[in-house]
Amino acid sequence: MIPAPFDYAAPNTLAEAFALLEQHGDDAKILAGGHSLIPMMKLRFASPAFLVDINNIPGLSYIREEDGYLRIGAMAREADLDHSELIRSRYPIFTDASKLIADPQVRNMGTIGGNIAHGDAANDHPAVMLAMRAEVVISSAEGQRTVPIDEFFYGFYMTAVQQNEILTEIRIPIPPAGTGNAYHKLERKVGDYATAGVAVQITVDGKGFCTYAGIGLTNVNPTPMRAARSEEALLGQKMTEEAIAEAARLAAEDCNPSDDLRGDEEYKRAMVGVLTRRMIHKALERARR
Amino acid sequence: MKNPSEEQSSMQEKKGVSRRAFLRGAGLTTAGTVALSAGLLSFKLEDAKAPPAILGPGEAEVRFVVNGQARTIWVEPRTTLAEALREHLSLTGAKVVCDRGSCSACTVWVDGKPVNSCITLAVDVSGREVTTIEGLAQGDELHPVQEAFIEHDASMCGFCTPGMVMSCAALLKRNPNPGLEDVKLATSGNLCRCGTYPKVFEATLAAAKKMKK
Repeated sequence: MIPAPFDYAAPNTLAEAFALLEQHGDDAKILAGGHSLIPMMKLRFASPAFLVDINNIPGLSYIREEDGYLRIGAMAREADLDHSELIRSRYPIFTDASKLIADPQVRNMGTIGGNIAHGDAANDHPAVMLAMRAEVVISSAEGQRTVPIDEFFYGFYMTAVQQNEILTEIRIPIPPAGTGNAYHKLERKVGDYATAGVAVQITVDGKGFCTYAGIGLTNVNPTPMRAARSEEALLGQKMTEEAIAEAARLAAEDCNPSDDLRGDEEYKRAMVGVLTRRMIHKALERARR
Repeated sequence: MKNPSEEQSSMQEKKGVSRRAFLRGAGLTTAGTVALSAGLLSFKLEDAKAPPAILGPGEAEVRFVVNGQARTIWVEPRTTLAEALREHLSLTGAKVVCDRGSCSACTVWVDGKPVNSCITLAVDVSGREVTTIEGLAQGDELHPVQEAFIEHDASMCGFCTPGMVMSCAALLKRNPNPGLEDVKLATSGNLCRCGTYPKVFEATLAAAKKMKK
């Protein structure tokens, strides 16, 4: 399988990249890790006439806490997240997710920015971002704008990133003490897309009442999905087994999975319920540490 | 520099041009709800002084280091690293099996890290260092992982073996003291239809021991 022919440039600065995007309009596509794009080009699901390779642009791979946010440069690789001491010690949800994204070879190339900008509901980071109420920083020649994750995914492979823009940073509010988070996806084999995936972040106060609930679902809706009713059901509640079961039931009810080789609708709904319950428990365990 | 109204009209002209029917990350107009941080005008078009070279669609020069040797090849930008190695440099050790990044038979190292060469563009590794299975042995002396694969009979049909060895050798480089779980994780992307996994794990753990001596 050989992709259709295209022109290629590897700019050294964001300004150069923006100029190329401006010049080539809708014909241009951004190449980050390329591990979603290149297979799609080989299968002719995508045939961009121009590739803007942003791998040579320095300064887009940072992972740091700053001004109340965990800030991750869009070109941080999955392997960078996996090996980051900051992530390992303070944000276990990323370690959960990055171990489940594709396989080690792909994680050495794949970027967090690409995982989100691809706009695929089957990707894992979007649900994690929903659970953590991340913001996405989008840059263009005109400047930067920040889009809340809830307004980022427009539809199937469509996001808030416009043709002349580049997703440059993910910003996650640093969660307060008493917070725990966790992600898991059910997959048939390593590297498969999720049959269903659930990301949870919970904050509990000293008396055990829920003061924050974030729940994101992977691959059970045309776009990455927030389990809004599940969150509402937990907020302000004591984290009892009943409250957790109710949140899990609502997530299973509200998701919109479709039948495919990974399972039928009923099975996927059931798995969303099971995973939601398990991830809430795991997040709570981590919150108590 | 264009003034805003010119910018606007040139954008509109572009919109009129026939669109290619490929999947775009973007596609809709900017949502009214997003916050424009006008104070952060950190990027300007005029900063782009010497525009980067545009390569393709014909052949372009790619210089990189392969198994310690500087190599120059001429390939179309659409040429994958796997093809470049196999067709242009006659390094056929990396196998192309699934050809879409699912099986890892094409695993090579780029700057020391295992990657799938079948979904990495050759132009993308320009200036970087590539190590293939052919570059693992030191002359006639096999890499300890290669030796262990032979000793422990870790290949049957052998088609996944080069990729498998590259994954295992990369693991030992990063972690000289791996447990079984580490080996399983490191080879989790490498598919073996013959089912030699237990032998692969055995061989890799044995190689780790040997390398420590």
